[in-house]
Amino acid sequence: MLPKKLSPLDVCTAICLVPLLWLALDIFLDKLGANAIQALHIRLGDWSLRFLCLTLAVTPVQTLTQWRGLSDYRRLLGLYTFFYATLHLLAYLWLDHGLQWPIIAIDIWQSSYIWLGLAAYIIIFLLAITTPKRAKKRMGKSWKKLHRTIYYASILAIAHYFWQLKGNLADPMLYLLIILCLLGFRLLVWLKSRYLFGLMIPVKRNK
Amino acid sequence: MIIKTQKVIPASEITDPHLFLQRRKVVKALLAAPLAYAGIHSGLAAGQTTPGNGLASHYQTDSTITPANLVKNYNNYYEFSLTKEQPASLAQSLRIDPWTIEITGEVEKPLRLDLDDLLKLQTVQEYVYRFRCVEAWSMVVPWLGFPLASLLKTAKPLSSAQFVKFTSIHQPEAMPLQANNTMLEWPYVEGLRIDEAFHPLTLLATGMYGERLSKQNGAPIRLVVPWKYGFKSIKAVVKIELLKKAPLTTWNKFAPHDYGFYANVNPAVPHPRWSQASERPLGSHFFTPRRKTELFNGYGEQVAALYRTMDLSHFF
Ligand code: HEM
Repeated sequence: MLPKKLSPLDVCTAICLVPLLWLALDIFLDKLGANAIQALHIRLGDWSLRFLCLTLAVTPVQTLTQWRGLSDYRRLLGLYTFFYATLHLLAYLWLDHGLQWPIIAIDIWQSSYIWLGLAAYIIIFLLAITTPKRAKKRMGKSWKKLHRTIYYASILAIAHYFWQLKGNLADPMLYLLIILCLLGFRLLVWLKSRYLFGLMIPVKRNK
Repeated sequence: MIIKTQKVIPASEITDPHLFLQRRKVVKALLAAPLAYAGIHSGLAAGQTTPGNGLASHYQTDSTITPANLVKNYNNYYEFSLTKEQPASLAQSLRIDPWTIEITGEVEKPLRLDLDDLLKLQTVQEYVYRFRCVEAWSMVVPWLGFPLASLLKTAKPLSSAQFVKFTSIHQPEAMPLQANNTMLEWPYVEGLRIDEAFHPLTLLATGMYGERLSKQNGAPIRLVVPWKYGFKSIKAVVKIELLKKAPLTTWNKFAPHDYGFYANVNPAVPHPRWSQASERPLGSHFFTPRRKTELFNGYGEQVAALYRTMDLSHFF
C-alpha cells in the first residue's frame, strides 16, 4: 500500500515533535549536564514559550502576506504550546518532585514566579480544551473572546520567565521583545480599525 | 579523632605543595578520603581539636558524595559567565601562579604571604561538606583545606576585629565580566562575623576530590562555609581584612532584599521569588523527589549557638 501523500500540515505536525525527540536523544546520550532534571524542565519551558510566540505570529503573518488558510497552523501551534507546557508542568510535578504533594504545595506557595506560570497554564489549558470544532460552534461569540486571552497568557508567561531569573537577562529580554512586537501588531490593527470605524460614524454637529 | 597510620607513600607521589606538604599529612588526607566516601566520619587534624565540641560530626553527611565531574561542570562563577557550563572552560585562562594572600586590618601582625609559604604552616585535611546554593541545588564535596581560624591566628587579630572581609581576584584580562564591568561590582567581596570566621567548620580550601582545586571551583584558594548559601563561599581569595564594622558584600549590595549578609541556609525563610524549603542534589535521577533543606544546612548542632539571640528571618 502506498502511503497517502502528506499535506504541509502533516509535515508541520511532525516537525513540531523534533524538540521532543531532540530532548529524548539528549537524555539517552546523557547530555543534559550536571542538573539534568532542571535542564530538561527548562528546555520544556523554553519550548512552551517558543510555541506560544509562534502561535501568536500566525495572525500577523496572515495579515501582512494576505496568505489564506493559516488558521489550521495557528490551531496546530496552539495545541503544541499546550503540549510542551503540559510536559513542562509534568516535569515539575513528577520528574522534579516525584509527586510529593506536601513539598510541591510549599514550593508553589513560596515561589511567586510559579503562580504566574500556573496562571498562564490555566489559560492555555482552557484554550486547548475548547479547540475542537464542536466546542467552537457551541460557544459562539464567546469562543473568540476566550481565545483572545492568549494575550494575557503570553504576558504571564514572560513575567514567569523574568521572575524566576537568577542572573542572565539577555534571553528573557529577547522573548519580551518578540511578544511586545506580536502584541503591538494587534494594538496597531485595533487602533487602525477604531480610527476607520470612527470616520464612519456621522459626527453630530452643533448648529 | 586523630588518625595515625604508618602508610608509606612513595616520595614520587608527593608532588603538590598545595595539597600535601609533608608525608605525614599525605597519609592523613588520603586516608580520610576512603572513609569519607564510605559515609563514615574521618579524622581531624592533630592539635586543632577541642574535645567534646561535636566537631567530628562535621564530616558526617547523610548523602553520598557528588561525582567530581558534576561539581566541575556546574559552576556559578559570574566573573567568567552567567551560565553554569561555561566557567569550566573559560576559567582555565585565570593565572594562579604565583598567588599572594594579604591579611590586613585589625591585626597585630599584617601578613603578605605567597600561597606556597602559607600552606607550609597549615595542615591540609579532607572535609566532606554539604554545599547548598541559594538557587536551591546542592552537592556534597570532599574539600581539602584547613580551618580559616588557624590562618587568622597567625596574624594575631586585635580585639577590635568584629568582622572579616574577603576579596576575590581582579583579573579582567581573564575574566570577561570584569573586563566589561557588567552584572556585579567587581572584584567580588564577601564577609563573615568574626565568630563565624573562627568557627572550626569554616575552611579555606585548596583542593577537592584528592586533587588541587580546579579553576572553575575557585582555585587556588577559596572559602567554604557549609552552613551558608554557596555565594558566601568566595572563590580565588587574595585579601582577608579584619574590620570593626560589617563589610558591604557583593550580592547584598546588588539586591539587599534578596540576599542578606548572613545568608544562613534556612528552609523557613524563602527567597522573595522562590522557596528554599527543598533542594535538588546534583546527579539525582529522574523522578527522585527533592531533598528537604535543613536549617543551617544540617550543621545546626555546631553553629546554632552563634545565632541564639537573633531573629533569623530578619537577619537572613
Ligand atoms: C504556559 C505556561 C508556561 C510557560 C510558557 C513557561 C515557560 C517557562 C520558561 C521559558 C522558563 C525559563 C526557562 C529558562 O530558564 O530558560 C520557565 C521556568 C520555570 N517554570 Fe515555567 N512555564 C509555564 C508554566 C509553568 C508551570 C505551570 C509551572 C509549575 C507548576 C512552571 C514552573 C517553572 C519552574 C519551576 C521554572 C524554573 C526552572 C528552573 O530554573 O529551575 N512553569 N518556564
